[in-house]
Amino acid sequence: MKKINKLALFANKSNQRLFTTILVILVLYVLMTILDGTGNLSSLMKGLLVPVCAYSLVAVGLNLCVGYLGELSLGHAGFMCVGAFSSAFFSKAFVGIIPDVPRFILSLLIGTALAALFGFLIAIPVLRLSGDYLAIVTLAFGEIIKNVINVLYVGVDSQGLHFSMKDMMSLGMEPGGKIIINGAQGVTGTPRQSTFTISVVLLLLAIVITYNFVNSRTGRAVKAIRDNQIAAETVGLPITKYKLIAFTLSAAIAGVGGVLYAHNISSLTATTNTFGYNMSIMILVYVVLGGIGSFSGSIIAATILTLLPEMLRGLSNYRMLIYSVVLIMLMLFNWAPGILKWREAHGIKNFKSILKSKNTKEVQ
Amino acid sequence: MKKKALSLALCAAMAASLFVGCGNKGAEGSENVDTSGELTWRIGGIGPVTGGAAQYGQGVKNAIQLAVDEVNEAGGINGYNISFNFQDDEADPQKAVNAYNTLKDWGMQILEGTVTSGACAAVSNETYADRIFQITPSASSTTVTEGHDNTFQICFSDPNQGTVSADYIADNKLGTKIGVIYDSSDPYSSGVYQNFAAEAQAKGLEIVAAEAFTADSKTDFTTQLQKCKDKDADLLFLPFYYTEGSIVLTQADKMGYAPTMFGVDGFDGLLGVENFDVSLAEGVYLLTPFAADAEDEATKSFVSKYKEQFGDTPNQFAADAYDGIYILKEAIEAANLTPEASNEEICDALVAGIQNVDYNGLTGDNMTWNDLGEVSKAPKAVIIKDGGYVSAE
Repeated sequence: MKKINKLALFANKSNQRLFTTILVILVLYVLMTILDGTGNLSSLMKGLLVPVCAYSLVAVGLNLCVGYLGELSLGHAGFMCVGAFSSAFFSKAFVGIIPDVPRFILSLLIGTALAALFGFLIAIPVLRLSGDYLAIVTLAFGEIIKNVINVLYVGVDSQGLHFSMKDMMSLGMEPGGKIIINGAQGVTGTPRQSTFTISVVLLLLAIVITYNFVNSRTGRAVKAIRDNQIAAETVGLPITKYKLIAFTLSAAIAGVGGVLYAHNISSLTATTNTFGYNMSIMILVYVVLGGIGSFSGSIIAATILTLLPEMLRGLSNYRMLIYSVVLIMLMLFNWAPGILKWREAHGIKNFKSILKSKNTKEVQ
Repeated sequence: MKKKALSLALCAAMAASLFVGCGNKGAEGSENVDTSGELTWRIGGIGPVTGGAAQYGQGVKNAIQLAVDEVNEAGGINGYNISFNFQDDEADPQKAVNAYNTLKDWGMQILEGTVTSGACAAVSNETYADRIFQITPSASSTTVTEGHDNTFQICFSDPNQGTVSADYIADNKLGTKIGVIYDSSDPYSSGVYQNFAAEAQAKGLEIVAAEAFTADSKTDFTTQLQKCKDKDADLLFLPFYYTEGSIVLTQADKMGYAPTMFGVDGFDGLLGVENFDVSLAEGVYLLTPFAADAEDEATKSFVSKYKEQFGDTPNQFAADAYDGIYILKEAIEAANLTPEASNEEICDALVAGIQNVDYNGLTGDNMTWNDLGEVSKAPKAVIIKDGGYVSAE
């Protein structure tokens, strides 16, 4: 009896948190739109709105994997990459054939579905591992995706699609053909369709889905597996199935982030910084800094850490140095046991609320 | 107590660092106020000054600064001084767009950048939409200029380099069986290779081996070299940068493999690599618009000034960037513009004006531009002899 009460309470609390998160995002959205409408938003901020949402989405996706599935994935930039390239490929191939809006919706679906498919396929062998081994395998997977895309050449002409893993010449294209993916040069000229509104809608959607997922029957099963796999197995939970569901959903959300990213920039290349391990680790930093298991925290951390290096531009050569120092201090402030104790003693129980207000300030 | 003090200090530092972010925004604002009394040309630059490609961005930044100082000392352009603002992009397209937006907020009128091709393609899309004139010192890919009438290149485009190299090899009969090693993860390297291969086919050159490496594996080339050796390649075409170039030359020497080596403009700087046995570079051909030890007056004065100010030998990127400011100067003077003009007016005037410019600079004589944004200048094929560049003709 007691247990059920507790559970209901927990659900209530989490519902409350969900509403607060949505409300904060909506307020920020309205604020940004008004600022933009009245011409008070700097170009830099305007340019950062969509990337912030894209990175937030990927962070939310990874948080599902790290926080609720309890598995460390270092390959989420890979899923982002799959989403980005598949959707950019579709958009570029059908530009001028399908009208803008349905084409973007289709490419969004394709990007998400392909990222989910890759997540599913990878998860089958990978989730048999756990802990460090899983991290290593996902890291390798992310690198494989990046490197495959770097040698992938795809062109289209009247004969249809041409694929090659060697170079552009071996495509055997007709003179009038269009190169879509040009190896390391990536995809250039993707139509720019990611707007702030679409990004925010997708972000909200992702939050609602993940919140509901982790509080659903499946989500509780996933958390049970995370907390004690053997116990979960003894009560008869199909471990593989639940792990697969969670990992696939996590990959799909990262894919959505990739789609937004790809349609916001006209030059899409798979480098270490954009889709390699650097990015994977960056996303993990968002998740850890924002608090493992806290979706709103991930969004806040992704926002701050995307804005911070841009805010520090005036320091010119010392920018990245200061950035890393600030990052270390934020981590210490958020996680060091001594500081946690101190914060508790001084009544700063919930660092997130501070982060939130700081975040609002910074965005303004 | 100790812990408390420490955490307090940390918090204070963190708060301070946050204020740094704000404070510096304020500083930028005050700079705007400072210069608004006196009208200046606002020229922005973008390039990587942190990360893996930092040496190229740093060179460009220094060289532009050098040129800007010279121009300002000599009375500016049409009587107005230049203010120059350089932003870091870490060679990343997204960061480059952020840097571009920062410059736009600063009030940039003309952009000289970006340094790397991938980032430049993203930025030129933005400048095209905003009608800001852009000239890039070193982004050589055609994706940079394609469909963007406002973007011009100072360096050779990739097709130009690849095609000219193949022509040169065929015309001078430097080799019959050609091996290529290229960086498949680098747009510049793979771009040059693609065009080289296409032209080689047309010219009847036989490419017996085309071996790729990636940015993650650029310290060991023995496999690629062995394959080229097995196929009896008598000429190696190496379209990448000099750092890897020095490794290839060293490892080929260790294997006892001595084909004719042919590099492109990225090889400039080869003789300055630390711990590299310069004698191995003897007989290496390279196609470069600029050689730091050339004997002409302009190059000599540029190199000595650069060395004096930054303690480093300038490379081809720096030379292109230095030329960029003078090309802009010439075009602006020809169009008789003043900084009062709007960005769009400046852009339109320069797009038309630059096509009439005939510029003699560090990186070539009689440089002209077509409406595609590509430069036409004579590529200099040089050969390394006795530790120096000698014209190969």
